[in-house]
Amino acid sequence: MTSDHIHPEPTTFLKKHVFSVDHKVIAKQFLWFGLVWLGIGGIMAMMLRWQLANPGVPVPLFGKLLFPRTSGVIDPASYNTLFTMHGTIMIFLGLTPAMIGALGNWSIPLMIGARDMIFPTLNMLSFWTMVMGGAVGFYSLFVPLGATEAGWTGYPTLSTTVGAVGQGETLWAIAVFLIGASSIMGGINYITTVIRLRCPGMHWMRLPLTVWGLFLTSILNVLFIPVIGSAMIILVLDRVFGTTFYVPASIMSGGTGGDPILYQHLFWIFGHPEVYILILPAWGVVCDLLSFFARKPAFGYRASVGAMVAVTVLSAVVYGHHMFTTGLSAMLGESFMLLTMIISVPAEVLFFNWLHTLWKGNLRLTTPMLFAMSVIFVFGLGGLTGIYLATIGTDIFLHDTYFVVGHFHLTMAASALFGTFAAVYFWFPKMFGRMMSERLGKLHFWLSFVPLVIVFCIMFISGYAGMPRRYYDHTSTEYLRPLQHLNVATSVAAFLLGAAQLIFVYNFIKSRWWGEPAPQNPWEVGTLDWTTETPVPHYNFKTIPVVQCGPHEFSNPVLGPDTDWIYQTEKLPG
Amino acid sequence: MDSGHVAAADHAAPQTSVPEDPHFGKASGGKVGMWIFIAQDGMSFGGLLFAYGILRATATEWPVPSDILGIALTAIATFILICSSLSMVFAVEAAEKRDQVGLVRWLMVTIAGGLLFLGVQVWEYMHLVHAGIGFAECTWEGETVNSLFGSTFYAVTGFHGMHVTAGVIYLMCILRGAMKGKYTQGGTSSSPVELVGLFWHFVDLVWILVFTFIYLL
Ligand code: HEM
Ligand SMILES: [Cu+2]
Repeated sequence: MTSDHIHPEPTTFLKKHVFSVDHKVIAKQFLWFGLVWLGIGGIMAMMLRWQLANPGVPVPLFGKLLFPRTSGVIDPASYNTLFTMHGTIMIFLGLTPAMIGALGNWSIPLMIGARDMIFPTLNMLSFWTMVMGGAVGFYSLFVPLGATEAGWTGYPTLSTTVGAVGQGETLWAIAVFLIGASSIMGGINYITTVIRLRCPGMHWMRLPLTVWGLFLTSILNVLFIPVIGSAMIILVLDRVFGTTFYVPASIMSGGTGGDPILYQHLFWIFGHPEVYILILPAWGVVCDLLSFFARKPAFGYRASVGAMVAVTVLSAVVYGHHMFTTGLSAMLGESFMLLTMIISVPAEVLFFNWLHTLWKGNLRLTTPMLFAMSVIFVFGLGGLTGIYLATIGTDIFLHDTYFVVGHFHLTMAASALFGTFAAVYFWFPKMFGRMMSERLGKLHFWLSFVPLVIVFCIMFISGYAGMPRRYYDHTSTEYLRPLQHLNVATSVAAFLLGAAQLIFVYNFIKSRWWGEPAPQNPWEVGTLDWTTETPVPHYNFKTIPVVQCGPHEFSNPVLGPDTDWIYQTEKLPG
Repeated sequence: MDSGHVAAADHAAPQTSVPEDPHFGKASGGKVGMWIFIAQDGMSFGGLLFAYGILRATATEWPVPSDILGIALTAIATFILICSSLSMVFAVEAAEKRDQVGLVRWLMVTIAGGLLFLGVQVWEYMHLVHAGIGFAECTWEGETVNSLFGSTFYAVTGFHGMHVTAGVIYLMCILRGAMKGKYTQGGTSSSPVELVGLFWHFVDLVWILVFTFIYLL
């Protein structure tokens, strides 16, 4: 039937490593690409924190190189560019490829027992479209009249020619468009692959939860990225052809004028689902890893699936909570408030299931497990603070302060990042055929986890005290001056967090080439990806496996005293 | 570490490369993919139409579309496009019946419908620009009108026109294969024709919405 996705093993270097259509190679490409961009975005964050802690002091080491005109000091315009590009890079060029591109490409075919994605060529195009998006985004930093400065949200009128004269903003919009196109291609591929290429016996309720998370993420990608796509098209039209979709009459020389709030609607119709796009794969990974390393079945498998589906549906109807301060009508505002609160119900279901999976488990505290467990913690902190933001009365005060920055970094940035780390540490042995150092991994974990929690918890305090986000220099404002020590403390913790990532880089590179060779199934788990040999052969499985049981059959008493796990291809005894 | 566990490869019975399984569902991969693509494309039209709706609903003045746009001509173009959907249905039917001559004929009719529609659209654009309805500035009979009328009109209909263009190119590629007899060999060989058909019907359906919202309302 559909066997187009079966392709012969490539022989030339280009086909094998560059324009490869093999999902395993594309996964690695996405991973390297995402990690490099996470590094670039991370360095930008360090510069932002430097400026906030020491306003007007030249950036050490490479400051003179990057800001020669101000002899190393970050000028206000560059500061704006830095936080804009930091957000854009981390979300679209860092987490999206590392979490969805790499994890999705690696685990979907292997975990459902397929030989490749169903549309391999589309898969390759998806990667290279993202590379093009990255290139355009990077180039936008060096164009005449300046780079983007309008924030990752790109609100007009800051982002129209009224607020941003430079071509950088136009290129930013094009870059976002291209990256979105790449995600849509990936999404179409993932959904169709999961629907069509599950091996016999792998029915929906036997899918690993990682696959469920990625599947639902892909649905959100496919449905909502087009909306930001149209928002970006309109932005480019306004900037290049002089239309006034987003430009209000009040700042034009005449005429009727458009509506800047329109952009916010289009952006957040996509933007809120986007936060779940990034978190759902992490949730899936956490669901699976907790079970794998607690040696217990994932508690409430069906409830977890149901909760993730519910979140996927609800995430489409809550976006208005980003716009409480735009003069939304009271009725709309309250509806969005209620719907937003409702979304914490399925989130609680997941929490309950995670904690119950851990309860009385035979915990193996490996590095992936530590990262998976930390997701529960940081996501919990972030989710709880979401309630304050969802409540209109408190949000009007907290909106656009560091409280929001703390909230979304814990929920989206930290949870998705730690989920990605958990996934990388977990699948590294299968991917590269070598083990990562557990000792360095644990060091990396603790030196990331503790500073990260400190960084974002201080932000709750400073935000609650009224510190606005996106300010260049808080010491220049009288009422913020007493809060400066909080900024300094945040920055110190942030530098520690940044430095800790060097351990990961070292561990990753060293293990990739010189690590201990990995056995076929180092973690003793039963999902299909671990049934095949290491390194994974070109066609993944010699014969398509037949699934006989669920993904989490751990410590089942029928297995007898000698073993506490079983492959999905094996029949439970009795 | 693997004590007591049999590797999957030995365990599984020999299989064809893509095994039959009730859980697979019936639709082919291409079809599922095309439906998902259509869903995402529908959402991008949704975004543009949403923008149009908001801008028009909140505008202080907005010309009556039927004063400016030639409804009669566009109605004819709409009719042509709907007819091309019909001929597409005949093309799919011909492919399934392994009737190569019929397939080629109906594909040609469909392509002709698409080209005719595009021709009308180009003519309409030239006429409107000449009369003062520009993309960023609009005048009508000597008076300035809300420039967003022109902007939204060209943005939405232009986006649709690009889809028709893409559809015509896609149809031409299929036509080439059809002439070589690729899709009339029975079995699943006709499915590429079905896929282009799905896309073409979608483009037509969207046009009905665009025509209603932009021209008629
Ligand atoms: C318990 C569930 C949650 C609630 C009630 C909630 C509520 C909110 C609200 C009301 C805001 C707007 C604050 C403002 O701008 O004034 C917000 C911002 C944000 N949230 Fe959440 N949220 C929740 C979960 C999440 C999750 C799971 C993520 C990501 C995975 C996330 C990511 C974000 C981001 C990125 C922003 C800020 C965007 C920006 O302005 O740049 N939230 N949240
Ligand atoms: Cu939100």
